[in-house]
Amino acid sequence: MSREVEAFNRRLLRARDAMDRAYAEPLDVRAIAAVAHLSEAHFIRSFRGVFGETPHRYLQRRRVERSMFLLRETDRSVTDICFDVGFTSRGTFSRTFREIMGEAPSDYRVGHGPMVAPPCFQMVFMRPMVAIGVATESSSFGDASAAEAP
Amino acid sequence: MINRMSVTSVWVLDKEEALDFYVNKLGLEKGSDIKQGTYRWLTVRVPGDPSVEISLEQPGPPVQDEATAAQLRELISKGAMGGVVFVTDDVRGLYETLKKRGVTDFTQEPADNFYGTDMGIRDPFGNAIRILQPKKAAHAAKA
Repeated sequence: MSREVEAFNRRLLRARDAMDRAYAEPLDVRAIAAVAHLSEAHFIRSFRGVFGETPHRYLQRRRVERSMFLLRETDRSVTDICFDVGFTSRGTFSRTFREIMGEAPSDYRVGHGPMVAPPCFQMVFMRPMVAIGVATESSSFGDASAAEAP
Repeated sequence: MINRMSVTSVWVLDKEEALDFYVNKLGLEKGSDIKQGTYRWLTVRVPGDPSVEISLEQPGPPVQDEATAAQLRELISKGAMGGVVFVTDDVRGLYETLKKRGVTDFTQEPADNFYGTDMGIRDPFGNAIRILQPKKAAHAAKA
């Protein structure tokens, strides 16, 4: 019984890793679900059960984290960074960033300089929490069904 | 004053499978492998560097009761248990070698950064492993 849970978790983790690896590319939830050998609906439900958020929100927070990294560490324009991390429109990027961080990308850049910590650790530990009290869920990933607890 | 690190540990779901992965796939060498009753003291280490050993540890009695061990196994398989970072002098060569040996769980293919080139993989159980090839200048400055 326990072995089945572990093997199932491991498949979901493999799908989550696929999002962390390919966040800059256009991703659709069906392809990510296929990594875990699950149907789209089963994948979304199971992912949320195991990791506490939908795959869509996980990917959004990964993309926002990567944008925060580039805003801190590079001089690239906000528009370039928006496309660098996988958003397909500047409007969606700004709205999602503000929803999660409570401020605009350009304001975040002003307030934050480079961080002296290994980038792989930054990537793991700095994926942003959703700011308290803000509305959540918008869709560019096709799974915006349920409202999400922060 | 503490002088150096000696042993650290990685939680695995199966010691035998872990040994196969860390030695035959990743390329570490076996350190200690000693059995006493049901306990197996099993370590791996970087080849040629006996100063730091990684103890491969499996959840379960007598360390944890079965319920706690089950929780721990779940956390391992969710990738929630942290990981280790290794250094190499040829990360791209190692990437090709690992692929040839059948490693498929790359979390990041080799990528250039200001600090060097690194890649990420997971062990069969979900633990994260980073492998870094530091920039030459930084490496020389340390040596």
